[in-house]
Amino acid sequence: MIAHAIFFYVFSVIAVVSAIMVTVSKNTVHSVFFLILDFISISCLFIMIGAEFLGMIMLIVYVGAVAVLFLFVVMMLNVAQQKNQWFVSKDSSRHIPIGLLISVIIFFELIIVIGGWKYKPDLFNSAKSSLENGVSNTHSLGQVLYTDYIHVFQISGMILLIAMIGAIVLTFRQREGVKKQSYLKQISRERTEGVEVLEVASNKGVKIDD
Amino acid sequence: MIDIGLGHYLTLGAVIFSIGIIGIFLNRKNIIVILMSIELILLAVNINLVSFSIYLGDLSGQVFTLFILTVAAAEAAIGLAIIVVYFRNSGTIRVEEIDKLKG
Repeated sequence: MIAHAIFFYVFSVIAVVSAIMVTVSKNTVHSVFFLILDFISISCLFIMIGAEFLGMIMLIVYVGAVAVLFLFVVMMLNVAQQKNQWFVSKDSSRHIPIGLLISVIIFFELIIVIGGWKYKPDLFNSAKSSLENGVSNTHSLGQVLYTDYIHVFQISGMILLIAMIGAIVLTFRQREGVKKQSYLKQISRERTEGVEVLEVASNKGVKIDD
Repeated sequence: MIDIGLGHYLTLGAVIFSIGIIGIFLNRKNIIVILMSIELILLAVNINLVSFSIYLGDLSGQVFTLFILTVAAAEAAIGLAIIVVYFRNSGTIRVEEIDKLKG
């Protein structure tokens, strides 16, 4: 229990501090790295409380794919060194109190909801579900994911497909001056435009223009 | 303090959610950090869903966390593609200078 508490506090402090650093750090590349640190510590928390499949998926999807995507875009766009001016610039500093106010209000609303929560007394003993039947977390997730949630699963696959097509269509551009093979042109060639039969007079030769 | 329960995880989710909201409001630098703040908000939602799912012994929370993960990945890909196209067209992604719509 004490080890659980220690690990919880360590990982959550790392997560909160790196979340703050994501928003305030001057260099965008540093923000991406702190985002990666945040995802890693949250996935450690997930593994700790028993959702190990989701923890691993978080590592693979977020750290392996999404954060690297962010990193690529930040490095491609050359915006890493833009100065962060939101605490010196005059006209933009008026956003700070409004943003702080709104987020503090949202935070206290969430805390009120959590604090007013009345737990059922036998809540936590009732169903410590999966591990007690000897079924691992991944196994039990797979059992419901491909049976009860199969339609939602397929819709999420369609969402990924549409996202892929959309990203390709958005960033695709036709370049000028690039030589390409045109299959239609190649297979629709006729004999008459390729070969010409000429009468060659003797001792004159033949002159072919073009 | 020592006995970690559902409330601790929900509080962590609330803190990260609020930090994400602050990030959206305060950031004047570039729009990529705003996308990262949205990722933080989705992460906070995931924390809430997973902790409820573990402590109530119901797997649907984790299944929906999986779907939120999918949607977050799709959103990041599309958003970054839009940002790349915008940067190619106008040469800046600073939040103050994106005012073509005059909104």
